[in-house]
Amino acid sequence: MGKINTVYEDCDILVVGGGMGGTGAAYEARYWSRDMKIVVAEKANIDRSGAVAQGLYAINCYMGMRWDENQPEDHVRYARNDLMGMVREDLAYDMARHIDSTVHKFDEWGLPFMKDPDTGRYLREGKWQVMIHGESYKPIVAEAARKSADKIYNRIMVTHLLMDESKPNRCGGAVGFNVRTGDYHVFRAKATIIGAGGASHIFKPRSVGEGMGRTWYAPWSSASAYALPIQVGAKMTQMENRIVLCRFKDGYGPVGAYFLHLKTYTQNAYGDEYESKWYDQTKQLVGDYIDHHPTPTCLRNHAFIEETKAGRGPIHMVTKEAFQDPHKETVGWENFLGMTVGQAVVWASQDIDPKYINPELTTSEPYVMGSHATCSGAWASGPEDISPDEYQWGYNRMMTVDGLFGAGDALGGTAHAFSSGSFTEGRLAAKAAVKYVRDLGKDKIKVSEEQTEKFKKIIFQPMENYTIGRNEITGGTVSPSYLLPIQGLQRLEKIMDEYAGGTSVNYMTNEPLLLRGLELLATLHEDLEHIGAEDLHQLQRAWELKHRAIASECVVQHTLFRKETRWPGYYYRGDHMQLDDENWHALTLSRRDPESGEWEMEKAPVYHIVD
Amino acid sequence: MPTFVYMTRCDGCGHCVDICPSDIMHIDKTYRRAVNIEPNMCWECYSCVKACPQNAIDVRGYADFAPLGHSVRVLREEEKGTISWKIKFRDGREKDFVSPITTEPWGEKIPRLAELAEPSQEMTDSQLLCYEPDVLEVDGGLPTISKDKFKQGVYY
Repeated sequence: MGKINTVYEDCDILVVGGGMGGTGAAYEARYWSRDMKIVVAEKANIDRSGAVAQGLYAINCYMGMRWDENQPEDHVRYARNDLMGMVREDLAYDMARHIDSTVHKFDEWGLPFMKDPDTGRYLREGKWQVMIHGESYKPIVAEAARKSADKIYNRIMVTHLLMDESKPNRCGGAVGFNVRTGDYHVFRAKATIIGAGGASHIFKPRSVGEGMGRTWYAPWSSASAYALPIQVGAKMTQMENRIVLCRFKDGYGPVGAYFLHLKTYTQNAYGDEYESKWYDQTKQLVGDYIDHHPTPTCLRNHAFIEETKAGRGPIHMVTKEAFQDPHKETVGWENFLGMTVGQAVVWASQDIDPKYINPELTTSEPYVMGSHATCSGAWASGPEDISPDEYQWGYNRMMTVDGLFGAGDALGGTAHAFSSGSFTEGRLAAKAAVKYVRDLGKDKIKVSEEQTEKFKKIIFQPMENYTIGRNEITGGTVSPSYLLPIQGLQRLEKIMDEYAGGTSVNYMTNEPLLLRGLELLATLHEDLEHIGAEDLHQLQRAWELKHRAIASECVVQHTLFRKETRWPGYYYRGDHMQLDDENWHALTLSRRDPESGEWEMEKAPVYHIVD
Repeated sequence: MPTFVYMTRCDGCGHCVDICPSDIMHIDKTYRRAVNIEPNMCWECYSCVKACPQNAIDVRGYADFAPLGHSVRVLREEEKGTISWKIKFRDGREKDFVSPITTEPWGEKIPRLAELAEPSQEMTDSQLLCYEPDVLEVDGGLPTISKDKFKQGVYY
């Protein structure tokens, strides 16, 4: 390997990841500071990066306070109910009270909203969702970030955070490499906002051939949102709270508009309604939670999984009635074309026209993420006006590492944020980060060359491994000295699937399985020291895999710690099948010691600030 | 193989390489044309298909569940502000859809915040985000909850 060029960038605020959270952060940071240097580092290209790359057909979180449709309290009650009681209500309330201002700006910027012909208001898909023609959602939002940031670096894979050497537990920026040039990038920053993606591809996907890319969440969401803070010892919360999605089979096309707007419904293979059949059984597991309205998503999944296990699958979505209406048929198709084109491809290829055939549904492999309907992520401070003392340490959305902020998937406890909520969280984090940098005053961050050189060697090691190991063998993919990134990824996915509750075991796990899973993850981590990358693209894959492996270990630790089955339908602890409010009506926290790699687990209180 | 590139149409311009969120569209060194180097990391997001000036990129559904003979084609026209889709089923049936992609000339309504007046200290110290509270369009300003109104009871 030749000499590697190092590019230094000193800035006030570094935004890692230019998805919905990161673009919101860049935008808002500029509003509160004219003079600070704001830099974004993005793995791909901000015009089409993150989970919203291909667009969205709905904005899933909008209060509509101006029309008194919903208030922030209603959002808290809704998210809390859907997550079986477990959310950070202060963060949820805070996001909700600001979200309309985000959505109104998207409207002003040119994002096409559908309107109710009678009222002229945004067309509601359900109580929370408004419908959009959002093919260009991401390019529009990216423009706002581009006009605000001093510099946007595309194609930078950020691998590690830097730590300040003048004060313990303070972040000093981040490092990574340019996937095109191979340059090593050092970003020394006073404040760092993590807007990176959650975790797809930590559990084995149902499709393992070419179709492994058609995961529900984007394959480029490589758990950097978690690995970056975990590596520097930030506390994480609710990482066991993985999500399983009920979706159209194989394409994972979303069902929200179908259920809520088109009024389609599900039935088993024999044309029977099945959810009510599992009421008594579910009540035995979770008690009164099954009586809540709307029925928590995990419990509807539970009925789906049980009905399928009982031999009455496949479950179908009954579309034939709704699709007789040409308007609804158009909405049904455009819903996919706007955000999950792959589902339209599946239906076209299999001659499934939902006007004449009721399509199959499935439950997906699990994902870990903090911006959709679950709330995994970093433990963060809340806003001072509404956060209980135990949730508040000075700066809104700051993690337990000073100067390290988060938004979107990165933040724990804020379920049901979605695209608009992630952008809003980015804005909240940015305003707080500006204040943090101002308060630092003349206090300087110290990042030594020793620290940056150490990471430089670590980051490019997989290319060295490949170069050396490749000389031993004639060719092919089998080496006794290195693992290729795809090989390591498939091992990770198999471990998580079989030991931590993936699809092949119907989402079931227990303590012995989790403990064995941890042993296998430990040897995987050792082997990942020997990962081989043939080129810069493979180097990106190598670091994505390392991030996924670190996040996976955290997921297993949390799953082991919570000795109950809080969310049947997302996963089951076979040794603790009951929901246990007596002992586990609490948030779970973890911290990985960066020196020893040991995990410490603890409970954190749940404050119900809203009735 | 999710996306693929037609040899006779691709001129190697690299727009697809530049936009692909998964970093799987690369320029083949021998043919100097784009190629999907990692189909199993393709999301079928169509970002490259939409970006290709030559309409050289198409999608063939994932081999493990999509039979041959279908196509889902797209034409994204920024100047017109529309996106057009043509779905062709395996059995030859077709469906067409057209949607708007913006309601404004590109970028014109997105502000340069650096050109605005500095926000006041009072604004900075408040819970308000930019353009709030006006942009919320509610009476009474930004909602809050008084801490003494919190629901009683904490669960440990």
